[in-house]
Amino acid sequence: MRVTFPHMGTMSFAMQAILENLRLEVVPPPPITNRTLMLGAKYSPECVCLPFKVNIGNFIEAIELGADTVVMGGGIGPCRFGYYAELQQEILHDLGMRVNMIVLEPPQGANGGLWSSISKLSVGQSLWHVAAASYFAWHLCKGLDGVLQSLDLMRARETVPGSCDRIWNAAQKSIGQARTYRALRMAEKEIRQELSTLSLHLHKRPLRIGLVGEIYMLLEPKVNLHLAERLGYLGVEVHRSMSVSDWVARHLVPNPRARMHTRKVHEAARPYLRGFVGGHGLETIGESVLFAEGGIDGIIQVLPLTCMPEIVAQSLLPSISQRYGVPIITLVLDEHAGEAGLQTRLEAFVDMVGARKVHRGGGVSCAK
Amino acid sequence: MPSKIFLGLDVGSVSTKVVAIDALGHVLARSYLPTQGQPIVAIQSALREIARALPPGVPVAGVATTGSGRVMASALVGADVVKNEITAHATATLRVLPSVRTIIEIGGQDSKIILLNHGVVTDFAMNTVCAAGTGSFLDRQAHRLGVPITELGELALKAASPTRIAGRCAVFAESDMIHKQQTGHSLSDIVAGLCEALVRNYLSNVAKGKTIAGPVSFQGGVAANVGILKAFESALALPIIVPEHYDVMGALGVAYLAQPTAGQTRFRGFGVVAADCQVKGEDCDGCGNRCEVVGFRIDGRVQAYWGDRCGKYSHVNYLSVGT
Repeated sequence: MRVTFPHMGTMSFAMQAILENLRLEVVPPPPITNRTLMLGAKYSPECVCLPFKVNIGNFIEAIELGADTVVMGGGIGPCRFGYYAELQQEILHDLGMRVNMIVLEPPQGANGGLWSSISKLSVGQSLWHVAAASYFAWHLCKGLDGVLQSLDLMRARETVPGSCDRIWNAAQKSIGQARTYRALRMAEKEIRQELSTLSLHLHKRPLRIGLVGEIYMLLEPKVNLHLAERLGYLGVEVHRSMSVSDWVARHLVPNPRARMHTRKVHEAARPYLRGFVGGHGLETIGESVLFAEGGIDGIIQVLPLTCMPEIVAQSLLPSISQRYGVPIITLVLDEHAGEAGLQTRLEAFVDMVGARKVHRGGGVSCAK
Repeated sequence: MPSKIFLGLDVGSVSTKVVAIDALGHVLARSYLPTQGQPIVAIQSALREIARALPPGVPVAGVATTGSGRVMASALVGADVVKNEITAHATATLRVLPSVRTIIEIGGQDSKIILLNHGVVTDFAMNTVCAAGTGSFLDRQAHRLGVPITELGELALKAASPTRIAGRCAVFAESDMIHKQQTGHSLSDIVAGLCEALVRNYLSNVAKGKTIAGPVSFQGGVAANVGILKAFESALALPIIVPEHYDVMGALGVAYLAQPTAGQTRFRGFGVVAADCQVKGEDCDGCGNRCEVVGFRIDGRVQAYWGDRCGKYSHVNYLSVGT
């Protein structure tokens, strides 16, 4: 069994760690490139969302390298994602790629579904071993997400442009490749050391922008065209509403703090949206309200073209924007979204957020 | 005679605009040329036109660029300010027509709405993933109908009963137009229908969820089209002002933004009109990102790099020029 999986931000590192610690032969998909997108777009239904297309591209490129088993997520609810694994398997089979697809259904769905698919992967291993491998991967993921979060905040203040990106590259190699707790602790210590000695403009008071939206677009930098880095370079402190480890804590493990946060988000969304609309539509609304109440300067919603849950959320965002006086912009991305267009929108948004903030504070607007 | 000159360049996908203003903000010279897929050539020709129109011997005190080609243009001419189109249009409008509350801008490849309040941009939106209803689509339809683009608007005004055209998508609109043409509708009715469809599409797509307050200013190349202007007026029931320099507002806006930098400009001089420029992209193998790093050279010497995410090339360059 040669196993592969789709890329999604730091989840790829966690996934690789679990599978390797289960002593499986892992074929990670090559990094997402234009070729990945091209293959994905070529073999996917035209109106399906971008994450589906990138998944297909990842699978094909991994199969080319010898993968014969694909681990894919499942889902429940109105978002089409729940059906993606089935459809992707059909597409791969039609292409003559005889792969075995193992679908990890969320525990909220069919009872025991998750464990039965995991047991397919853990042949000859005890349940204890699977749990230990997953627990380690969760720590690894939390480590990487922590670094990512610090860098999202620090990039706007770095004195040497590119120094945050260098730390991130180092973290991916050290924390991301750790396979034992000892190695993980050492790698984290090293990266923490680098973070604490990073030269920063401490007097700077950057604008604060919150990111909400569809989880894949939010977390996969290759697909959101490095949104967080771009904002950092525009001098913005980036606050992401979700990370991979947050998602795991809120959905997969019994984590009381994460559950409390989920309740808070749903409560905040209640005046605008009372029910589950699939995907993270409800979270987009709730997190936007929480950001606004916390005095954030601006909010950016990202979604792939044709994403139904986020379209529902999008239509509610103007009311939040008006109620709290916070600027909100929606970025719709697809495989042919030009980088120049994205950059223009981001620069204009940052200019506007800055001018509005100065204006609110009674100063002089920079648009004059 | 002016004591100082400020240049604003707006390098768009379809047209390249250059404006020269004096210290008081008066327009001294302007140039509007088609980009035709060759922005470097277009910038050089536009600057040549501007240089001819300007009084000799007056120093250029500041240069700024905008438009989708702003980064490249900045490397070519040596710009002091590089700004996005939204801020550029808002800046120009606030200077020329300070009372305006809404800007409708339709260019070659994109359309925007900008809302202003108390001299600040309070909200904006741009078309998302489709260029339906922008200048290039109009251009194409004018070409297909054999009508010069400059006469399209006048033709629409002659319509007796505009026919309904689907404006949601350029492909649908075109097949609708062909259908209407084959059933015998007059050219002017079809063109008027097209103008109305384009306005409908703009209002439901770009201006979706935004409150349009008057006065409204209509700008961008498409503002030359009186048919579209009339369709906007009847759809919005608001006074619409087309400013004198409606087609070069972006360039004008950045020229204003260049004014505070007066003194130490990085402008290379009008000699760049004859410079031999090469742009070459190469895939970087440094990491998994595999960025296409673009090197910009004048007479064989590297002036700037862009396209790398990590800054290995572009940041080094920025440091060496002292920003």
